[in-house]
Amino acid sequence: MLKKNVTISLDGCVRGATLCFPASPGIIALGLVFGTVAAQKGLSFLETIMINSLVFAGASQFVAMEVYGSPLTWGLVVAMIGVTAAVNMRMLLIGASLRPWLGQVPAWQTYPALFFLTDLNWLLAISEYDKGTRDWGVYLGGGLFCWSIWSLSVVPGYFAGSLISDPKAFGLDVVLPAFFAALLVPLWKGKRQTYSWAVAGGVACLTWYLFGGYWSIFTGAIAGAFAGAYLDD
Amino acid sequence: MTEGLFSADMMFVTAVLGMVAVTYSLRAGGYWVMGRLPITPRVRRGLESLPGAIIVSTILPIVLKGGLAVALCLVVAVAAQIKLRKEYVAVFCAVGAAAAFRAAGL
Repeated sequence: MLKKNVTISLDGCVRGATLCFPASPGIIALGLVFGTVAAQKGLSFLETIMINSLVFAGASQFVAMEVYGSPLTWGLVVAMIGVTAAVNMRMLLIGASLRPWLGQVPAWQTYPALFFLTDLNWLLAISEYDKGTRDWGVYLGGGLFCWSIWSLSVVPGYFAGSLISDPKAFGLDVVLPAFFAALLVPLWKGKRQTYSWAVAGGVACLTWYLFGGYWSIFTGAIAGAFAGAYLDD
Repeated sequence: MTEGLFSADMMFVTAVLGMVAVTYSLRAGGYWVMGRLPITPRVRRGLESLPGAIIVSTILPIVLKGGLAVALCLVVAVAAQIKLRKEYVAVFCAVGAAAAFRAAGL
C-alpha cells in the first residue's frame, strides 16, 4: 500500500474552509438561535460569548441552557456539565477515528487542533482522507472556519432576538442532517458497510425509542464499529 | 439580566469552565486512547467502520423525530449526491425540498 506523509499547508486550510462553506447557513441559523435563547435566559453578552466560543458544541450548549436557571446553584452547575458530557460523548469516537489520519502529526500540533473538532470538519476530513488527501489543513481550516462563523453568528442573535423566528420554514434545520446523508454516500464500499450501518442504525433507533436524547449516537456507533471489526473478509 | 453586557456571574463562569473541560477531554480523549492501543487489523477495521456508523446513528434519530418531511429531504440529498457527487448541491436540494414540503403542510 502506498503511504503518503501527512502534511499541512495554507492551501489545505483554505480548502477545508471552502468545503465547510455550504454548511454555513445551517451553522449561522443555529448560532443566531443560540444567541436569542441566551438573551432570553438572561445571560450577559460576555457570558453568551464565553459559553458559545469556548464550549463550541451547538447541541450541548442548547441542552445546557435548558438546564440553566438563575440564580445558579452548585446542583445546576453539575447538571449543566453532566448534560454537556452526555451530548458530546460521541466526540470520543470521532476523535478516535481520526487517529489513523492525524497519528503522524506531532502532538503539540494535534492536541490544540482537537479543540476545533466538530462533526462537520471531522466528516470532511474523513471523506477527504478516503479520497487520498494527506494535507490535514483540511481538518484545521474547516474547524477554524466553523468556529469563526459560529462565534460571530451569536452576536446578531443576541441583540436582534429572533431574526429567523422559524428556521424550519426555510428548511434550515435539515442542512446538517442533509450534509451528513450526502457524505455517507461515498463512504459506502460494499458488504462491510451495509452490515455495519444496518447494525448501527438498528441499535441507534432502539436506543432512541427506549431512552431518547443523544445516547443513540454513542450506542449505535459502537455497535456499528464492532460489527465492522468482526466481519472478516 | 445581570448588570451590564460585560459582567459575568462567577457560578456561570465555573459552569462554563466545567463544560469546556469535559468537552475538550472528550474531543482529545478518544484520539489519545487510540494512540496507546495497538492497532491490530481488527481495531483498524473497527475504526474504519466508525465514521459511517456514527453518521447513520446520528441521522436516524433525527429522521424519527422529524417525521416524513425530514426523511424525504434526506432521500433527496442522497439521490442528488449519488447522481451529482457534489455535497453542496445535495444540501441545497434537500433544503429546498424541506421548505417546499413545509409550505405544502407536510
